[in-house]
Amino acid sequence: MLPVITGFIDELRDAGVPVSMVEAIDALRAVEAIDMGSRVALRETLRATLVKNLRHERAFDTAFDIYFATVPSPTETDEVADIDGPGPSMSENGQGGHGESGLDEEGLFQALLSALAGMDPDALRRVVRNAVDQLAGMEPGRPVGGTYYLYRTLRRLDMARLETEVMEALTGDQELSEFEERLLKEEIESLLERLRDEIQDEIRRRLVSDRGREAVAKTLRRPLIEDVDLMHATTNDLAEMEAAIGPLTRKLAARLARRRKRRTGRLDFRRTVRKSLATGGVPADPQFRHPRPHRPEVWLLCDISGSMATFSRFTLQFTHAMSTHFSRLRSFAFVDTIDEVTDFFGPGIDFGSAVTRITTEAEVVWLDGHSDYGNSLETFHTRYGSQLTPRTTVIITGDARNNYRPPRDAVLADVSRVSRALVWLNPEPRAYWDTGDSAMSHYARHCTSVHEVRTLRQLEEFVESLTLPSGRQTQNV
Amino acid sequence: MDFTGPNDVTEALRTVDYLADDRIAQVVFLASRLSKPVLVEGPAGVGKTELAKAMAAVSGRKLIRLQCYEGLDEAKALYEWNYKKQLLRIQSDVDHDWDTISHDIFSEEFLLTRPLLEAIRSTEPVVLLIDEVDRVEVETEALLLEILSDFQVSIPELGTMSANTQPMVFLTSNNTRELSEALKRRCLFLHIDYPDTEREQAILNARVPDLSQHLAGQVAKVARSIRSLDLKKSPSVSETIDWARTLIALSVEDVDESVLGDTLHVLLKYQTDIEKAAKELTSSPQA
Repeated sequence: MLPVITGFIDELRDAGVPVSMVEAIDALRAVEAIDMGSRVALRETLRATLVKNLRHERAFDTAFDIYFATVPSPTETDEVADIDGPGPSMSENGQGGHGESGLDEEGLFQALLSALAGMDPDALRRVVRNAVDQLAGMEPGRPVGGTYYLYRTLRRLDMARLETEVMEALTGDQELSEFEERLLKEEIESLLERLRDEIQDEIRRRLVSDRGREAVAKTLRRPLIEDVDLMHATTNDLAEMEAAIGPLTRKLAARLARRRKRRTGRLDFRRTVRKSLATGGVPADPQFRHPRPHRPEVWLLCDISGSMATFSRFTLQFTHAMSTHFSRLRSFAFVDTIDEVTDFFGPGIDFGSAVTRITTEAEVVWLDGHSDYGNSLETFHTRYGSQLTPRTTVIITGDARNNYRPPRDAVLADVSRVSRALVWLNPEPRAYWDTGDSAMSHYARHCTSVHEVRTLRQLEEFVESLTLPSGRQTQNV
Repeated sequence: MDFTGPNDVTEALRTVDYLADDRIAQVVFLASRLSKPVLVEGPAGVGKTELAKAMAAVSGRKLIRLQCYEGLDEAKALYEWNYKKQLLRIQSDVDHDWDTISHDIFSEEFLLTRPLLEAIRSTEPVVLLIDEVDRVEVETEALLLEILSDFQVSIPELGTMSANTQPMVFLTSNNTRELSEALKRRCLFLHIDYPDTEREQAILNARVPDLSQHLAGQVAKVARSIRSLDLKKSPSVSETIDWARTLIALSVEDVDESVLGDTLHVLLKYQTDIEKAAKELTSSPQA
């Protein structure tokens, strides 16, 4: 068992999950204390000792499925044999699983239907095993991750028809109201989700027995959510990031509110005297007023042009999350001109409708809809520049790709001079800055700081490192 | 408290109407076997604090609770010297020389114990609940490290105080911020999510005995449906229990659109959420 678990820990580390030495030892000690016969017990034990962050659970689950794949117990295999011929094996289904015995596609479909409608997990597992046998057409030795087989099986099972027929089976002949129908639909969706998971498990199990754990794990390894490139994130990734953004914006809010460290405020005479009673009237422990918390003002400027589609969706998400923490947050969106979008993120407005309104209502396009930082910044400066104060932190997000138009960075110098700080977040790798039409260095020299933010992790690092000049000081450039 | 296995934990917790799933039972079992603290994380109202209370009830231990908040410090979490008593001691005693007195006033007699030290010093085994640990600042977290890994507290004037009995420790977090690595390393991690419909139904039946099976099923399904929406605050388990009680009070036997529309405010606490759910789930939006 030991080599399997250490191999598993190595795989977690390779996938990016930080597992310390202490945690690895804890895991091994914990495994000694449990009933090794139970897969659930093993999974939850390893999870509790090795994964300390919800965001890493997906990586854990994938690795666990590969390293501790379910091996059908002898009895189960017998049952399979009873119902529909010999148990599964790689060689069989490789060479035409159809003929052998078992059920044809229609038979499978009916078996699946009754397993789902009867909500019988054991029956479901048996049918799934059979279905993968016949429909996935798995070929030994092919270095694939299994998604291909999964879709192949699902397509041939005709999920749409399955959904309607399960619906019919569960409804029977009762008359359903719209509301009941909705609840039933969700029930069925979760059933089908379970079916999908079962099929995926079965396919992975076979891949592992064919090609070995390490090889499969390597094919299936995906970057952790904090390492996904924001420019190429999928919709799923973005949804997962959304959950991670909350704590991050809260942290940013706390950082921005922090003042330059002054240990104490003015002496609080009343409280000092009150406290001195405890020490017999000797004011041994002077009390000070708490410094008033700083209320930061944040202005966010987001490039929402086409080339930045994914990234801007992320920054808008970030803006949306920030708006719940800052009462004085103003947001602006620009392509080749700029418009204020603060009101689209008002309290209680959900993110989806905010984005729709921004893309349809905000006036961000002036000429041709290609990024023009020069014009956007100049418009920003003329329209809103006079409202900047030494307490305002300006954050600009964008790739600074200006389509070879004049950068007009002089206005930025002025913005920087009157505001508390000017920060630029660029989603491109640092090496690409100033290549082609990127005007990054023109803008960078006016900024308080410039950061490469390609991943959630880098955004986190940026938030961690943030120390801004105190609001009271006026900056000299 | 010794459990023979996770099933034992599930059974024991069931006697106090806490329905644990496989994950919860396994982690609690491990924690008692390995004597390690458990860090419980999850959305509000899924029974994180309740778990610690249930464990206290099951094992017959006293529950010592430390509620965390911003600005919590050593004097409120660990211990404090009793100034007044020390002062009285000095004033009442003029015969002895300073050395004796100064030695004397830093003894256990003058120590005010706060929850963490109390848990350590208790002669009976206790359950220590450190609630909402994500609310303290990162620096304050360090206060907890010694007690979590070695079950001891060091007091400079007195030396190290070790636990008389092994306390069972639960920390809860709503994940409003990332906890430090050092803290996480010392704990077993348990994420509790909203229960699936079957478990929620079982919870409802356990907590609201008058509820019919049929109604419990409907309540659980509606709760899942509402949680799938993008809301400011999803209904917690305690809110679905409240809702089930409301339905009984109104002697409702079958949930339909109009009942749901009239009682949504029990499940959801923000007007925007109520409007949104009403729009999604019922055909006639609430005014």
